[in-house]
Amino acid sequence: MIERQRHIIDFTLSSLMRRKGKNGALLVVYTLIIFVLASVLFFTHALKREAALVLKDAPEIIVQRTQTGRYHPIPIERGTSIGKINGVISVRPRLWGYQYDSVFQANYTLSVPAENAPPVGSIDIGSGIAKIRDISPEDIIAFTGHDGFPRSYTIREILSDESELLTSDLILLSEEDYRDFSGIPAELATDLALRVRNPREYATIAEKITQIYPDSRPILRSEILRTYDAVFGWRSGLLIVIFSAAALAFVIFAWDKATGLSAEERKEIGILKAIGWETSDILAMKFWEGTVISLTAFLVGIILAYAHVFLTSSPLFAPVLKGWSTLYPVFRLTPFLDFGQISALFFLTVVPYTITTIVPSWRAAIIDPDTVMR
Amino acid sequence: MGVMKLRGSTLYLGITGGLTLALAGLLLHASQQVGAAEPGFSRKAALVRQIQLTDLCLFTEASYTRNPSMTDLSTPFQDSPLSLDHFPSGGLIGPPPHLTGNPRD
Repeated sequence: MIERQRHIIDFTLSSLMRRKGKNGALLVVYTLIIFVLASVLFFTHALKREAALVLKDAPEIIVQRTQTGRYHPIPIERGTSIGKINGVISVRPRLWGYQYDSVFQANYTLSVPAENAPPVGSIDIGSGIAKIRDISPEDIIAFTGHDGFPRSYTIREILSDESELLTSDLILLSEEDYRDFSGIPAELATDLALRVRNPREYATIAEKITQIYPDSRPILRSEILRTYDAVFGWRSGLLIVIFSAAALAFVIFAWDKATGLSAEERKEIGILKAIGWETSDILAMKFWEGTVISLTAFLVGIILAYAHVFLTSSPLFAPVLKGWSTLYPVFRLTPFLDFGQISALFFLTVVPYTITTIVPSWRAAIIDPDTVMR
Repeated sequence: MGVMKLRGSTLYLGITGGLTLALAGLLLHASQQVGAAEPGFSRKAALVRQIQLTDLCLFTEASYTRNPSMTDLSTPFQDSPLSLDHFPSGGLIGPPPHLTGNPRD
């Protein structure tokens, strides 16, 4: 039985080799499609998992203040009444914002950390900033403040490379320096971060906050986490373009296969039947033909995608991810694999291709060999 | 005596077996890497607590893609209601779900 199948594989391979150019090109394109699809799936899944793991300790509720659809600094005194709501453990004003560096054309994120803030006159910077500005601890760096006058700071520490996906563009500074630099008065903060003990109370507390301050906008931690679940969803921008291009390519493959065989292939089937091949042998041959192409493309595509996303820093996605920014994190994702996704990819690519290879051949194989050969 | 010609099926099954083994090796590599990354994740989570971060630093080109969870619907069009989103990263990621519906309902 095994020997019989091996003979059929031998025959199938030599038959494929007779149309080397066509089948070779098919294999390359097929592999490329699987590679792109698998790369996108691996990348987005690993990123989502990473976001969920590191952002699980983000503030439970963030309260912003909005005016005409945009967020504005929030008065710190609101924290007093929000802190009195049942279930709220603490309210902490957050101070953060952006700074555009016109020399390096880079955007930085300024932030005052809740713990271990640098002393006045010192800052901690993300490794992305350290790289583009080529600076190291103890160096002095100057930024132009809100009033047009430059302020200089000593670098206390460069945040680790490991945390680049969180801190690449960060500048951490003391509250005093932040207020002096940004001009935000002492009674205002960017937003308020709430600690809440019971997750079941989040929604009720959020509702109470909007009742007390109708112009406030609470954002729950679960919403922050869901943001990263949805942010690279299949519907988002470029991904839908990639997925529809791949789907179209498969439709073309399937169309090419399903609309029938070339006259040469029909003739081949006719001859095989005339020399005594059973219909089942021909179907087995066609099954192997589909499998050789699609399984090889699948395995090579998946392996290349793994190497691309997890063994390097996804260099092919880099130009898309960088966009116009000059400061971008260089990170290597932890290989979180979703077996559901890999098997879905298998069933959406290998299986339909193999079936569309078999069906038209079956139609040809059940016709009288004499008719087929004519 | 000439060299025996390798059968096509031997070659194909060998290559497929090799590729399957390589894939299995990568899966092992993945599970080992995930295990090794755990302490790193706790350090990063501690950093998130310390700095009170809400977002990943994926795109620094626009505020609404630097901090997607903190943004509002009008941010991508803040210059004017008709100004189109001109940052590539804006076309890469979708809006956060809490902006497009009310999940607290």
